[in-house]
Parts: sequence; C-alpha cells; structure tokens
Amino acid sequence: MTAVEDRPKTEIGAARKRKEDQRLITGRTKWTDNIQLPGMRHLAMVRSPFAHATITGIDTSAAKSSPGVLAVLTGEDVKDIQGGMANAWPITEDQKAPVHPAIAVDHVAFAGEIVAVVVARSAAAARDAAELVDVDYDELPPVLDLKEAAKDAVLAHPSLGTNKSAFWQFDSAGAGTGGPVDEAIEKARADGIVIEREYRQQRLIPAFMEPRSVVCDPTGEQLTIWTATQVPHFVRIFTALVLGIPESKIRVIAPDVGGGFGGKLQHTPEEVIAVLAARHTGKPVKYTETRSESLLSGHHGRDQWQKLTLAATKDGTVTGLKVDLLADMGAYLGLVTSGIPVLGAFMFNAIYKFPAYQFNCTNLFTNKTWTDAYRGAGRPEATYAIERLMDELAAEVGVDPLEIREKNWIKHEEFPFTTVAGMTYDSGNYEAATARARELFDYDGLRREQQERRDRKDPVQLGLGVSTFTEMCGLAPSRVLGALRYAAGGWEHATVRMLPTGKVEVVTGTSPHGQGHETVWSQIIADKLGVPFEDVEVLHGDTQIANRGLDTYGSRSLVVGGQALVMAADRVIEKAKPHAAHLLEASVDDIEFSGGQFKVKGTDKGKAMAEVVWAAFSSHDLPEGLEPTLDADATYDPVDFSFPHGTHLCAMEVDTETGQVSMRKYVCVDDIGNIMNPLIVEGQVHGGLVQGIAQALWEEAVYDDQGTLVSGSFVDYTLPTAADTISFVTDNTVSPSTTNDLGAKGVGEAGCIASTPAVVNAVVDALRPMGINDIQMPCTPERVWKAIRSAGSDQADATTGDAQPHFDAGAPNQAPPDPSSSASAEGADQ
Amino acid sequence: MIPARFDYVAPTSVADALSALAEAGDDAKVMAGGQSLLPILRMRLNAPETVVDLGRIEELRGVRDEGDHVVIGAMTTYADVLASDLVRQHAGVLTDAIEEVADPQIRHRGTVGGALVHADPAGDVGAPVLALDAELVVTGPGGERTVPAAEFFRDLFETAVGEGELLTAIRIPKHTGWGSRYEKFVRVAHQWSIVAVAATVRVEGGAIAEARIGLTNMGSTPLRATAVEQALVGKAATEDAVREACAAAAEGTNPPSDLNGDADYRKHLATVLTRRAVLAAAGA
Repeated sequence: MTAVEDRPKTEIGAARKRKEDQRLITGRTKWTDNIQLPGMRHLAMVRSPFAHATITGIDTSAAKSSPGVLAVLTGEDVKDIQGGMANAWPITEDQKAPVHPAIAVDHVAFAGEIVAVVVARSAAAARDAAELVDVDYDELPPVLDLKEAAKDAVLAHPSLGTNKSAFWQFDSAGAGTGGPVDEAIEKARADGIVIEREYRQQRLIPAFMEPRSVVCDPTGEQLTIWTATQVPHFVRIFTALVLGIPESKIRVIAPDVGGGFGGKLQHTPEEVIAVLAARHTGKPVKYTETRSESLLSGHHGRDQWQKLTLAATKDGTVTGLKVDLLADMGAYLGLVTSGIPVLGAFMFNAIYKFPAYQFNCTNLFTNKTWTDAYRGAGRPEATYAIERLMDELAAEVGVDPLEIREKNWIKHEEFPFTTVAGMTYDSGNYEAATARARELFDYDGLRREQQERRDRKDPVQLGLGVSTFTEMCGLAPSRVLGALRYAAGGWEHATVRMLPTGKVEVVTGTSPHGQGHETVWSQIIADKLGVPFEDVEVLHGDTQIANRGLDTYGSRSLVVGGQALVMAADRVIEKAKPHAAHLLEASVDDIEFSGGQFKVKGTDKGKAMAEVVWAAFSSHDLPEGLEPTLDADATYDPVDFSFPHGTHLCAMEVDTETGQVSMRKYVCVDDIGNIMNPLIVEGQVHGGLVQGIAQALWEEAVYDDQGTLVSGSFVDYTLPTAADTISFVTDNTVSPSTTNDLGAKGVGEAGCIASTPAVVNAVVDALRPMGINDIQMPCTPERVWKAIRSAGSDQADATTGDAQPHFDAGAPNQAPPDPSSSASAEGADQ
Repeated sequence: MIPARFDYVAPTSVADALSALAEAGDDAKVMAGGQSLLPILRMRLNAPETVVDLGRIEELRGVRDEGDHVVIGAMTTYADVLASDLVRQHAGVLTDAIEEVADPQIRHRGTVGGALVHADPAGDVGAPVLALDAELVVTGPGGERTVPAAEFFRDLFETAVGEGELLTAIRIPKHTGWGSRYEKFVRVAHQWSIVAVAATVRVEGGAIAEARIGLTNMGSTPLRATAVEQALVGKAATEDAVREACAAAAEGTNPPSDLNGDADYRKHLATVLTRRAVLAAAGA
C-alpha cells in the first residue's frame, strides 16, 4: 500500500478519473446488444409508413414462409394479451388518452408505429421477412401542427373526440403564493411595460449513443429482461402491470447503458413485444433498433408553443408573468409525457421575485412520435422563455441585461426563499456566480468590442447573451409527486454490504448510463467508511440485486441516491460499534469511528473496520443480541427538490452576409453546492452545454405535411460533434444545499437548461440594432439571414422545403420508396 | 441496418473487375470506399444482386506524376490524396476541398473516384475536379476512354460512366503556382455542403490572370461559373473588383430547396462564397 501517501486527504472533492470508463470506452462490456443466449431468436419490427391510417388487413403469409422465420405477430394476434402501454402521470382527473397498444391493432397514429413483429433465427432473416409483411392501410388525414391540433378540426385519434388531453393550471392568486396576474398585466398596460412574445420550442430527438436494445429470456422460473434503459425498476413494474405477469416473476437488468438523456426513461412497446415474442416462441429473443428506428420511434422531446406576457414597472421591476403553453404529446402518452410541461410550471419565475404568476398548459395530441422526457424536461422550456423575456425587458427599459436581472433576482441574504410558484429555494448566491462569470468572460471588454463592430458596420457582428438560470431537480419528494398526481414516489435506496475480505459492495437503486456513479459512490464510501476507493464495488441496474430503486433521471442520483448511501453507511458504522466495543472490551458509548478505525475514546486502542467486519463474519464470539452482519440499507425520501443555479454568458459572432452564427466565447459559473468530483461535474456541464447549444443552433425534428419524419437520419438531424463546439470556460461557486448531508445539488441537466437561452440571447443581441428581437430555434443561417433581410418588415420567413435528397429520401419506415424519385438509391457508388 | 442478401465479388485487377461486372449483368453495383453505397444498401433503398468491390485492386490506388499532369487512381482514399504533396502543389483546390469532406473516418474509407461516380451534387470533389479541367479515365470492355470533366457529370447521381465500365483515374493538368480556396458552407462540420465554391486563380502583378471556379450543390451536378471566371480576368485582386465580378456567380443555377435553405438563399450564398473563395485564392 505504498500508494497511500499519494491519496487525496478526502476522496470527496477529488478529481478521480472514472473507474468505469475503460470498459465503457473500449466497449468490452455488457451492452445489451452484446448478449448472446443459447437458442436466441431475433426480432424485426414492421412499422407504419403513414402518420395516420386505419389498418384494413395484414398479409403475413409471405413473411411466415421466408427462410428462418418462426413467427410473425400482428396486433390482431396479441390484442387480448398485450394490454396497453402505461402513462404514469395523469396530470388531471379528466385527462384523456388513447389506448396505446404495443402493436397497433386497427389504427396507427404516427409514422413509425409498430404493426407487426417478425421472429427469426437471425437478425438478417427477420429483417428480410419484415419486408414481406403486406399491410393494407386506409389513410386518414393527419394532424401535425400544434396550433391546428388545438382547433380540433382534424383529430389525431377520432375515437377520442378531441385532441386535447388535459389542461393544467397554476395560479399564484389561487395558490396563495402571489397576487392575481391579470391585474398586474392590466396595471402595466396602463403605466408600465408589457412584453408579449411567442416562442417556439422545437421538437428534438434524444440521440443517445447506444440505440435501444432489449433481450428477453423466458426460460427458467423468472422472465429475464435485459434492456438499454434508464429505468429497470420501472420496466419491471410496468411489465407486470401491462402484461399481467406477477412482478415477482420478472427480473429486469439494465447492463451498461450508453446514454439516455431522458430518451431511455420509458417503458417501450419494443420491450413489451420482446416479452410477447419470447413467450410465444419459448425462446430468448433480441431486438436492437437501427439508428433510423431510434430517431423515428424513440420518444422525442420539447415541442411547445409558449405565449408569454410579462408585466413590469417602467424601471424594469417585474410585476407579473403569465404563461400559456400548447404542449405536443405526439400520438400517445408515454410514461411521463403528460407531466413534462408541468415540470416547467414551477420554473418560469426562475431566480426572480415575481409578485404574480400564472401558468396555463394545454396538452395536445398530434400524429407524430410521442414526446416525453429529454434532458431538462420542462425546465429548459421555462428557462428559455424567462431568460429570453428578461433580455427583452432589458432592451425595452434600455439597460444592460445583467442589470435587469439583478434588479429582480433573489438576494443571497434572502435564502431560503419561497417563490411565487411555491418552491422554497434552500440556498444560492446569484451575485457571486454572476460576478465571477462577468470577470472570466471579460463582459465589459466584449461589450466595448460589440460597440466598435456596430460603429464600423462590421459584416460580422457580435452579440452577448445572458442566462442566469436555476432549476428544480433531484426528483423528488414523494409528497409533491403525489400532489401532482404522479403514480410513483421519489425516494431512493442504497445498501452497503461489508464483505469478509474487507471489500465493500454498494448496491444503489439508481441506474447509471454514463454518469459515473460507480466512481462517485466509491468516493463517498471511501470517505465514510475509511476504505480504499478501489475496494468499493458499485452494483446497480439488476432488479434481483438492486431490488429497491427508482432509477436515474431528473438529476436525482446523487442528491437522492447519494443521500440514501450516506445514511446506509452511517448505519453500517452504528451497527459495527457494538462489535468493535466487544472486540475492544469497551463500552459502546466510548467507541468513536474515524479514518476507518474504531477507537476507544481517550486511548490508542482501536480496531480497523476490516477486523470488525471479519469478526462479525466469523461470529465465533458474538455477544447475545448482536447480528453477525454489518450490512445496512437505507431508503431516503428527499425533503425537497434541489435548486442548482448559475450564470452563463455567451458571445456569438453573426456573419450578416451569410447568416452564419459562430460561438466566440462561452463562460459558465454554476453553483451546484458541494462538488463530489470536479472532473465528472465538468464533464456533465460540457455535455449539457453542447446539448443545449444544439437546441439553439442545430437540432430540429422536422416532419413534412404527410407526417413523415424528414430529419430521420443524422444527415438531416444535425447533431453537433466536437468539431462544432469551442472550449468552454467553466467554474463554480459553492452554496451548499441545506437539504442533504452531502450539501450537493444536481448537475446532470444544468448545462442543457442554461445554455439554450444564452446562445439565442447572444444571436438576438447581435442583431437587435436592426430591429430584430427573435430568431426561431434552431437559429439556422438561413433563418438569421432572412431575419436580417426582412428586418423592419413583418414578413416571417420560415425554413421550408424537404431534406436534402440524399440517401434517406424514402428511408425505410418512412414513406414507401418511390422508384421514380429515389435517384440516390440508383446512383452507382464506385 | 442489415442489407438484403447479395453476392459479393472482390477482384484484384481492373480486368477481373470488368469481367465480374460483365458477368453480373445489369443488377450489379460497384463499391469503392462504400461510404455512400453501404448506407443505401443497409437502409434497403437498393438491393443489387451483386456487389463488385474494387477495394483489393492495388493498381487503382495512388497518386503519380505524369509530366504536366497529376494522375490520381480512382480508388485513392481522401486521406491519401490529402497526404499527397503532388496534389497539394499542383491541384491545391482539390486538397482544400478534401480537407472539408465529412470526418476523419470517412476520409480514410471514402475514395475520390467513388465520390465522383456517385455524383452527389453536394459532394465536395466534383467542383474542384471541374474547376481544374481534369480528365476522367473510364475503362470498359472495349478499353480506355478519356472524358473531360465538363462532360462527365450528366445529372443527379448520373455520370458518363456507363454500365459495365469503371472510372479508373483522374488526370489533372498541373495548376502549379495557382492560389486556391474551397469555401464550404455548412451548419455542422460533418455535413454535406449546403453550398460550396472551389476557386483557383493565377495572379500576375496583383491582377487575376486566370480563374477557375466550380460550384457545389447549386444544381443537379457540380457547375462551372464560367461567366465569373471571364469577368475576373484582368481584375485587380481587391475586394471591390472581385465583388463585382462575382455578383453573377449564381446566374443560371438551379439549386435545391431543403431543410438547410431554399434556392434563393443558396444563390445568395453562392455569390458571397465565390467572392470569398476568389479573394482567398488570390491571397488578398
């Protein structure tokens, strides 16, 4: 143990490299698609090319006689046993939702919906046979536009009688958390400032690195499901509920999972179909989606229209905010689809002291892929709206955007602070984060440069964007979830197992899919129990091992699961104390534990943790009443949400000749409380920033007027790579959370929530002298150029036209290939 | 992403490849680097009976000096062309363009010949090959023929290479001492060109003596902006002079409209990018 001297004093706070990375990066690990079982069969899905249609017949005979095919199942075949996919968050008592079969029976409501599954000896044979399934459709008119859907003229589900799923309101006057918003707006119209804007949250696709994959083994007493998911515990519960299989007969394993971003917070039709196919054939089956299928039918994110009214006094003190949302559910309600906009309801007031607030949300169905959680889920939408509005208010008042924010934000001495949305922010310091960000950014210097460029009419203009965000994460106090009509709780569970040889097994109910839990959980245990970092093994993702848990999403794992871990470790120590006292022939009250040693107070007598563990294991000489184990577990229900915040500053250059926008500088100073591992935090922030910047500049799921996903491959869904980003400057201020022992706040979504408005604010700031006050996201060069060209007129220029006619024209699962137009398919590729 | 079943032939000589093609008949596809063909097959947009893979034909790889020409074997990868001093020195605009192709993985697999025969108008090698007045060597059962670049691109994904024939080499007249620039306009780095302009110019005494300009993705084939080339001759290599000469860069073009921009926007981009490319190529 010569390395001991090199160890950090405490593991918590050390920039440990991630212990899981070697296997994750090399891929020499258990990804679901790597699993091979004896006798395993393979699935291929047949998906509807139409956005809205009635199925009038399916001829599976050619597919069934295709080589290697064991079975072809249609919705008709399984309609009595497949149940309906579940929605766990009916936000209102009268929420409407269509039945959502895993395999469509007689009606398809989006292009990509599964209409049949082929089970075959190889993936190739399954795919070949899937091409031979002949489905007759009667096309129905699709409703694709959110505002059209609100009119109920064309229905996504005619049997529902309406496109409206639910209406949800928060009103500060009604809740007793503030005044009536309409009065504030009326007063501002008379003698103040009213800012009215409508912003579009475009539809996005959570493009995780590992496509979704599921293996189901029906042999043995328990049905075993391996699945690339964020939520193995949910998959177990909902497999039981949807298919009527006893939960005790189901084991779900999320092996190593390659990213999720909310996109794997789902119980999917494919998971249900894998179970159906495995039980039908009695064989293990595997299904791994293609990237095209992933983009088409994995759930999408965002997609809202936001109508916003901000009332303020003439000096820029906000007096009220009214939010009217239209939120696109897509064709069905997934696990938490309906609640996503509601997660934003408490965040539109952000870091500010608004006296009146109202949030109205209408959830609507369209004939598109259903939406659900995507990194930030509800809070990016809210943050975007308010941070854009604060810039608009600053422009209206004629002051710097930072000044208008300072005038309205909660001062650091005012924490804890209960907001107009009824949330109590435990700690924070917006002044400190902003001051540090300003300094790192050289805010004043860049403002000077901006003025110089304006003065000399430089074709490349500079814009500075601000986003002083906060968010609510660490999902979630069960009582709040109950009040919001969510089906489950928000607690988390941890077990600490003290192995006889001195090693420690930590079992967590969270389900990492790239975050680095194994490293951080090891750091926490190393400090708590005084064992080497390397001696801690973190187990997760298998419902037979981690039997209790509520998985990973909503930046919850550390602040909820980490706290459960701390509590379990404390219980190990408390359990060990009488053992140590017995070994040391001392009174329990005289035993103290530190640095891995149990010591008798005031003496140099002591026993190492490993010795106590071994004695408990051998249990040759235990006094009566002492259990021969030191293992302990804990379930923790958070007392409140976690409220990280930060100041993000972005400088964008806008080439006014082409509309091209490029990032010049990005600085963020995040306050996420105490930091367990700065390297992991930096990684989370960098990744989050890029994902948020991508919403601002690059990504959009676009459908044509038939409901075909046009951006159905990475040719047209322009996901950025490292080549498209700059080096970010990140730093932290620390206001420890007061609601968990670690003093930590969630960081998984922070960057993604904060960065989008910072970027768009910067682009708009560059163009504001031309009279431009909005560019719709993503701020494509064409949109920017057209805004410049039509500046001063009301003419709105939308991006139009189809995708580039490359090889995805008429891609499978979309419109049927048209031989006359798919020239690319005919092109020789020498 | 599993293609439909096909027969696979991997000849080791051009002669064998030609007979394999003849034998396979009209339902064969030729594969070079596979960077466009494989996605097409995997998405089942095409299902040829036979794929003839040229990957093992050594005689089709490499760059050589043939006096006043640089000759690039059709199966030379982008990465190998990038590494070639010959190309950099005598056909710099091609190097410039290839630096902008996709990403390193694709540049190590994809070939110049494959890209030319695939003839995607948004691909990056067509415009520089056109601008450099290259000749394309096409080999068929009857022997070799040479097609000038101006006659090579017929339409969207259609070239002068006929059934049973192969593109075997690209012969580029040396443009030694010419300045060059490929201005590629994209939203994300790995994207196909929204519009791109290949410019190579010869400057004498501060004035443009000769200019060659190729346009990427401004129509169903790569295009040559000959009017601009002529207008530039004798012009001083200055912002104002070049701006005026390049104003007509988009005239007569018929670019596509898609998610990245409509035709009018592309026409606007073409004029801006042509000016920038020419100025950069002229060292201004």
